[in-house]
Amino acid sequence: MSQQTKKGHFPWKHIIGFLISIALTLVAFATALWTDWSSSTIFIIILIFAVIQAALQLVMFMHMTEGEDGGLISGNTLFGFFIAIVIIVGTYWLMTSGHMHMGMSM
Amino acid sequence: MAHDHNVNPNAPLEYQSEVGRLNITGFWTFLGAEIALFSTLFASYFALQSRVGDGPTSTEMFEAGLVMIMTMLLLTSSFTCGIAIHEMRANNVKGVIIWMIITLILGAGFIGYELYEFVHYVHEGVTLSTSAHWSIFFILLGTHGLHVSIGIGWIILLLIQLARRGLTPKTASKVFISSLYWHFLDVVWIFIFTCVYLMGMVS
Amino acid sequence: MDLKWNEFIITGDPLILGAQISILLGSIAAVAALTYFKKWTWLWKEWLTSVDHKKLGIMYILSALLMLFRGGVDGLMMRTQLATPNMEFLDPQHYNEVFSTHGVIMIIFMAMPFLIGLINYIVPLQIGARDVAFPFLNNLSFWTFFVGMALFNISFIIGGSPDAGWTGYTPLATNDFSPGPGQNYYLLGIQIAGIGTLMTGINFFVTILKMRTKGMTLMKMSMFTWTTLITMLIIIFAFPVLTVALAMQTFDRLFGSVLFTLHGDGNPMLWVNLFWVWGHPEVYIVILPAFGIFSEIISTFARKQLFAYKAMVVSIVTISVLSFLVWVHHFFTMGNSAEANSFFSITTMAISIPTGVKIFNWLFTMYRGRITFTTPMLWSLAFIPNFVIGGVTGVMLAMAAADYQYHNTYFLVSHFHYVLISGTVFACFAGLIYWYPKMFGHKMNEKIGKWVFWIFIIGFNVCFFPQYFLGLDGMPRRISTYLPEDGWTGLNFISTVGAFLMGLAFIIFVYNIYYSWRYAPREKTGDAWGLGRNLEWATSSSIPPHYNFAVLPEVTGLDPYWDMKEKGLDQQKNVDYKPIHMPSNSAVPAIMSVLMGFAGFGLVFHWYWMGIVGAIGIFITMIVRSFDYNDGYYISVEEIKETEAKANK
Repeated sequence: MSQQTKKGHFPWKHIIGFLISIALTLVAFATALWTDWSSSTIFIIILIFAVIQAALQLVMFMHMTEGEDGGLISGNTLFGFFIAIVIIVGTYWLMTSGHMHMGMSM
Repeated sequence: MAHDHNVNPNAPLEYQSEVGRLNITGFWTFLGAEIALFSTLFASYFALQSRVGDGPTSTEMFEAGLVMIMTMLLLTSSFTCGIAIHEMRANNVKGVIIWMIITLILGAGFIGYELYEFVHYVHEGVTLSTSAHWSIFFILLGTHGLHVSIGIGWIILLLIQLARRGLTPKTASKVFISSLYWHFLDVVWIFIFTCVYLMGMVS
Repeated sequence: MDLKWNEFIITGDPLILGAQISILLGSIAAVAALTYFKKWTWLWKEWLTSVDHKKLGIMYILSALLMLFRGGVDGLMMRTQLATPNMEFLDPQHYNEVFSTHGVIMIIFMAMPFLIGLINYIVPLQIGARDVAFPFLNNLSFWTFFVGMALFNISFIIGGSPDAGWTGYTPLATNDFSPGPGQNYYLLGIQIAGIGTLMTGINFFVTILKMRTKGMTLMKMSMFTWTTLITMLIIIFAFPVLTVALAMQTFDRLFGSVLFTLHGDGNPMLWVNLFWVWGHPEVYIVILPAFGIFSEIISTFARKQLFAYKAMVVSIVTISVLSFLVWVHHFFTMGNSAEANSFFSITTMAISIPTGVKIFNWLFTMYRGRITFTTPMLWSLAFIPNFVIGGVTGVMLAMAAADYQYHNTYFLVSHFHYVLISGTVFACFAGLIYWYPKMFGHKMNEKIGKWVFWIFIIGFNVCFFPQYFLGLDGMPRRISTYLPEDGWTGLNFISTVGAFLMGLAFIIFVYNIYYSWRYAPREKTGDAWGLGRNLEWATSSSIPPHYNFAVLPEVTGLDPYWDMKEKGLDQQKNVDYKPIHMPSNSAVPAIMSVLMGFAGFGLVFHWYWMGIVGAIGIFITMIVRSFDYNDGYYISVEEIKETEAKANK
C-alpha cells in the first residue's frame, strides 16, 4: 500500500492484471468456440478461467484485502460467493430434477 | 466517535476520514448484496435457459465478434478505471479526471453496442415475450446494462465535484467507491460472457 | 389499464365503505389537530426529517402498531367468516384478499418494522455509539418502508387488494389468472419497502462492526446486538433475491415477459423457488432479533449473566449459514426429486439444533436466578413453552414424506403462528414494554400489562391449538367456508373465540399506552428497572439526550452497565466534555420515497408516464444528495453541560 502512495510509481500491478485478464478472456473464447470437447468440459474449464479473472479484479484492481477492514470485506465477499453458489446450484438442481426428470422419462 | 474527523495522513486519501472509511466498508457490504442480486438472475437464467418455446436458441442469435468487442471495451475500461485510482493515490487530480473520462467513453461504447445488439434482436423478432429464455436474457443483460449506465451518470457527477473541489478525503472516497462499483460490474460481465455468451454459442 | 371510476375506488362493500369513511375521518382529524396545535413544523423538523436513530425507531414502532391493528382486523375477519359453516360474512373473493393482505402485512409491515424499530432505538445505545454509521440512509430506510406500506395498504380502497396469497404464487398471480391492479400493489409495495430493509441491513451491519465503543470487542456485545448483527447479514444476502424475484414478476405483469407464465415456455415453479430462497432466511430475520430480546429480558430479570454466552453466539452464527440451506421445505410437495427433498429435510432438522441449544441456555440462565415477574419477563417465560410447541411441530413438518399429509392444512397454519406469534409477537410486546421507559420516560402500567398478557396468552392458545387438530382432520388452509358435514365446526368456533380474545388484549394494550402516558410516574434515572445490564441503561437521563452519551463509555466485559454499577462508577459524571459531532437532518429521503410511491402507484395502473416522471424525480433527488457536502454540526460544550445538568437532577 505504501508504494502506491508514492508519486509517479508505474502501475505494474494494473498492467499485469489487465494482460492476464485479456489472456484469460481469449483462452476462454478459444476453448468455447474452437475445441470440440463436450459442453460440460468446456463449461468447467471456462468457468474456472472466469473465477480466476474475477478474483484478479477483486484483489488487484479493487484492493479487497487492503485497509483496516480488509478481513471483514474479504469475509463478507466470500460469504457472498457461498450464497451465490447455494442459490445458483440449488435453483438449477431443483428446476431440472423432479418434475423435469419425470417429464423426460415418461 | 460518530463521524469524527480524525485524520490519518499516512493512509491513502480515501481512507483518511472516518466517514470515508465507513462509506467504503458500507459499499463493500452493498456489493455483497449485489452478488446475491446477480446470482439470483444467473440462477434464473440457468433454470430457464433451455425453455426457448417457439423462439430461436442463443446459438442462432449470438455473434462472436460483437461479444468480443463488448468484452474488450468493458475489460479495458476496468483497467483504465484502476489507473485513475492509481493516479488518485499519486495525488494527481488531472490524471484521475483524464483516466476516468477514458473509462466513461469505453463504458459508453459498451452500452452503445449492447443497445445495438438489443435493437438487432428485436428487428429479428426476438423480444422479451418470445420465450422464457429470451425474457431472462434481456432481464439479466438489461440489469447489468442499467448498472453500467447508472455508473456512467454517477461518475460524471463525481468528476464535476472533483473539478470543483479537488482531491479531498471526501471526494477521494467517493471516487474510490465509484471505482469499486465499476470493477464489480466488470466481474459480473466476466460471468455473463462465460455463462451466457460463450456457453450459448457452444450448445 | 382501462378502469372506470367505480372500479378505481372500491364501492359496494359495507365493510370497505366503513373503512373508507374511518380513514377519511381519521385523516381529517389528524390534519385538523396538527393545524390547530400548530405542530406541522415540529412534526417535519423534529420527526419526519430526523436522522436520530431513536426517533426513527419510535416512528417504526408506531407504524408497526398501526399495521398490527390492520393485520389483526384482517385476521379477525377471517376468523369471523370461519366461525361457523356456510358463513356469509365475506364472499370468497374478499376472503382471498383478506388472507393475502393479512400475511403480507403481518410479516413485512408489522413484524419487520417492529423489530427494526426496537433495533434502531436500542442497538446504537448498547454498543455505546452516538448514531448509526449512515444516519441519512437510516431515515431513507424508514421512508421507503413507510411509502411501501402506504402503497400496499391503499390497495383495498383504490383498485382492489392482491388476492393470490402472501406468497403470490404463479401461475395464479400472472395476468392470465389475476388481472387487475391487486397483484401489482403487492409487487411494487413490497419492492419499495424491501429496498429500505436492504439499506437497514447494510447500515446496522456496518454500525455494529465499526462503531462500537472503546473496549467492546465482538465477544463483549450484548446478545441483542449479536442477533441484530446476524439478522442484518441475512438481510444483506436474502433481500436482493426478493428484489429480483419481485422485479421478474413485475416484468411478467407489466412488460410482457414470460418467465413464470404458462405460455412462452415459462416456469411458474421458478417463482416458488425464488420466493422461498428469500422466504426462509426471512423467517430467521424476524425470529433472531426476538431471540435477542428474550435473552436480554431473561438475563435482566433473573439477575444473572446469560448462560453459555459463547454457545449462544455460535448457534446464532450457525443459523446464519443454515438459514440459506433449508428453503425447499416450503414446497416439498411441488414434485422435486427425492434426493432434493431428502437433502432439505435433513438441513431443516439440523437447523433446529442451534435453536434447541438456545432454549436450554435460557432455561439455565433462569436456574437459581432470583426472578422478578415483571410483564416483559412474563412474555419471555410464556415464549419458551409456546415456541417449543411451534418448533416441535416444525420438525414434524420437516420430514418430507410426512409433509405430504400436513402440507396446506391448518396444521401448517397453526405451526407458523405458534413460532411467529410466540416468537416474534411476544418479543415485540416484551421488548416494547421492557424498553418503554427508555423511549418515553415512564413504564407501562404493570397491572394492566399483566391483564393484557394473560388475555393474549389464553386467546392465542385457544385460537391456534385447535387448528393443529383441524389440520390433522384435513381442513385445508385458504378456504373461505366449509360444510357442517365436514365436522370442523366446533374447533373452528373455539378458534374464533381465541382470536377475539387476542383482539381484546390488543385494545387493552393500546389503552395502557394512553393510561400510562397520563398516570404512570416519571422515571428519574436512566435505569428504570433497576436491574439493567447493558449500556442502553447507562445514559444520564431516562430518555437519552439526542447525542446518547456525553462521554462515550468504556467497556471491560460482558454486561458493562452491571459492572459499572457494582464498581460504583458513573462514567457520565465529572468529566471534561468535548464538542460532539452530529449529522444534520435531511428532507431528501422523504421526498425521494414519496416519488418512489408516486412512480409505484402509476405502475400499478400501467400509467407509465407516472413511472417515468417518478424515476426522473428520484434521479434528481439522488443528484441533489450527491452534491450535498453537509458534514453535520457540532454540539457545544455549554449545551452538553446544560443538558447533562438537567438530566442529573
